[in-house]
Amino acid sequence: MAAVQETVDRVRRIDVDQYRYGFETLIESDKAPKGLSEDTVRFISAKKNEPAWMLEWRLEAYRRWLTMTEPKWARVDYPTIDYQDLYYYSAPKPKKTIGSLDEIDPEILETYKKLGIPLREVEVLEGVVRPEGERRIAVDAVFDSVSVATTFQKELKQAGVIFMPISEAIREHPELVRKYLGTVVPTSDNYFATLNSAVFSDGSFVYVPPGVRCPMELSTYFRINERNTGQFERTLIIADKGAYVSYLEGCTAPQRDENQLHAAVVELVTHDDAEIKYSTVQNWYPGNSEGKGGIYNFVTKRGDCRGNNSKISWTQVETGSAITWKYPSCILRGDNSRGEFYSIAISNGHQQVDSGTKMIHLGKNTTSRIISKGIAAGVSQNTYRGLVTAHRKATGARNFTACDSLLIGDKCGAHTVPYIEAKNSSALFEHEATTSKISEDVLFYCVQRGLSQEEAVGLVVNGFVKDVLQQLPMEFAVEAQKLISISLEGSVG
Amino acid sequence: MSLLEVKNLQVRVEEREILHGLSLTVNPGEIHAIMGPNGSGKSTLSHVIAGKPGYEVTGGEILFKGENLLEMSPDQRSAKGVFLAFQYPVEIPGVATMTFLRTALNAQRKARGESEFSTPDFLKKVRRVAASLNIPQDMLRRGVNVGFSGGEKKRNEVLQMALFEPSLCILDEMDSGLDIDALRVAADGVNALRSPDRAMVVITHYQRLLNYIVPDFVHVMSKGKVVKSGGKELALELETSGYAQFEDAA
Repeated sequence: MAAVQETVDRVRRIDVDQYRYGFETLIESDKAPKGLSEDTVRFISAKKNEPAWMLEWRLEAYRRWLTMTEPKWARVDYPTIDYQDLYYYSAPKPKKTIGSLDEIDPEILETYKKLGIPLREVEVLEGVVRPEGERRIAVDAVFDSVSVATTFQKELKQAGVIFMPISEAIREHPELVRKYLGTVVPTSDNYFATLNSAVFSDGSFVYVPPGVRCPMELSTYFRINERNTGQFERTLIIADKGAYVSYLEGCTAPQRDENQLHAAVVELVTHDDAEIKYSTVQNWYPGNSEGKGGIYNFVTKRGDCRGNNSKISWTQVETGSAITWKYPSCILRGDNSRGEFYSIAISNGHQQVDSGTKMIHLGKNTTSRIISKGIAAGVSQNTYRGLVTAHRKATGARNFTACDSLLIGDKCGAHTVPYIEAKNSSALFEHEATTSKISEDVLFYCVQRGLSQEEAVGLVVNGFVKDVLQQLPMEFAVEAQKLISISLEGSVG
Repeated sequence: MSLLEVKNLQVRVEEREILHGLSLTVNPGEIHAIMGPNGSGKSTLSHVIAGKPGYEVTGGEILFKGENLLEMSPDQRSAKGVFLAFQYPVEIPGVATMTFLRTALNAQRKARGESEFSTPDFLKKVRRVAASLNIPQDMLRRGVNVGFSGGEKKRNEVLQMALFEPSLCILDEMDSGLDIDALRVAADGVNALRSPDRAMVVITHYQRLLNYIVPDFVHVMSKGKVVKSGGKELALELETSGYAQFEDAA
């Protein structure tokens, strides 16, 4: 039939033009010399005016990294990365010292405007029609290696919340940074995390003091702009006793033929009765129809429920990147602590996703919940890899896992690799998994009722991921829903 | 002008010819029943009119309001007013029925260049139609057809028919899986939609359904062709004599 042929053709055309964020901003930048050595590490540290202990910390990580080898166990395939062929630091050249938002390079402001990220507080405040109940959002914008703007600083300060670029926090709150940095993801953790520890340039730092409920959503927006530049951001979020914070990160990059490396580390710490909700909408450039270009996304994200009755919840919508290697995890150390992982991972074209989570039950009566929705289209490969363990002392540990995969077309693959280990006989772990193909009959039903083929796929997929979308902050749920439809455009054949 | 003209239609599925030269003319306001044994090509005809993928039209044509239907995509046909009530309506988990109805209705209106329904107008319209079909509100909040009984699924089809106001309704084996009471409710819903501008093609294996939806014309299909046409009395005749007499006629 003609209709089928047409959609098959469309699949072949899945191309860069569908990526809405592929533009490049032309600005002057200040770069470290290409390649990685102790000098590069010293250069970055000096650029950031870091104290000696920070430099030592980085150098130790660098030396460690030299002894390590790149992990190969994930179900992803990519050419060897030449770590000497990358720039490890790139900062937009400031026209002068930035004192307020007005002094930011207009090109950069324009970039964020194009991306739909409000950096001007006034715009946010004066937004003409604000739906009732919509919360305001404080944004930290990271452009290549540096943070260019953080909004709502004053208001957050009043609440006692620290939200600033980590480079600033190292200088202004060294006692906090020293106390927590590397305690969840140690410098020796894994190849990419160790690399990050040596060369990270910026990222966000959040500290919510005891008993404080952060008055607004916090958000960091990462943009890789410079060519051949790796982005190594580091995020550290601490919720002290009884505190609560909801944090969202978004990511985009220009379209380029070469692959770019993104190796981030995120550490979360919750003390007694505290809660962190961490949401990600990841939309790095995925590469073109031949699988050329795109971001290599090797990320280590881990939360430590250090206190009793604390909670960490990860929600992720992964639609971008050529390769995703990412397992946001929870260490459930405190008694009665709870970890959650809600994930939508969509792969199309030549994308490869190997993502999942680890729930490590150490404390008593700890609970965790994993809801993973993988959607594979085109010739992509989509793997869920998860680990649920109960330590000897984790009496009463409970986990519920549901992994659902949806296949669109017949050239993609979905894989589920769950590891379950219980060393305590009272642990109760449940695992459910399904794999299904998007059914021709369902699509025909929808188009018979007037939906276009693409609207039909979008509708069915949004139904499939509904449980997870509901976990996102409301403003982003709508955005994510649109993103899902865009990512799957032309994927039916 | 006729609403639907099927002329000498030949259709293949995977190298096998299912319809060999079928013709059918339907005018606005008419109800046509298509009867025939299993495998005679009744469902194929309904699928080809609606544009289901997997069928190859090797000859003949289908005109709808004078336009070549075969050149249109299924969603275009829907916007033009072709509605197919499915024999087995599908389930769409996670998509609330209300969301589905609204998305579909607005997609059709948009395709016709009409404005989209506002939320209050839409809700008012759905509630009114749902009440007339005995469809409770909570059913509209559930996933499309998810956990619906056979009767509920068919009522949901009639609900959509009433909302979308198509000019041609094709009912594919509407009676399958329904008990008498459920059948009566669904049939009443269909009868309420009879109108001088709307035609219906009722595909059925059994005469039973035609006691509730009384046709103007009855066509008997056998081996991919219409072998006999007549008034509603033809259905009763079939009930006593069976289809066997037509096996050779085809």
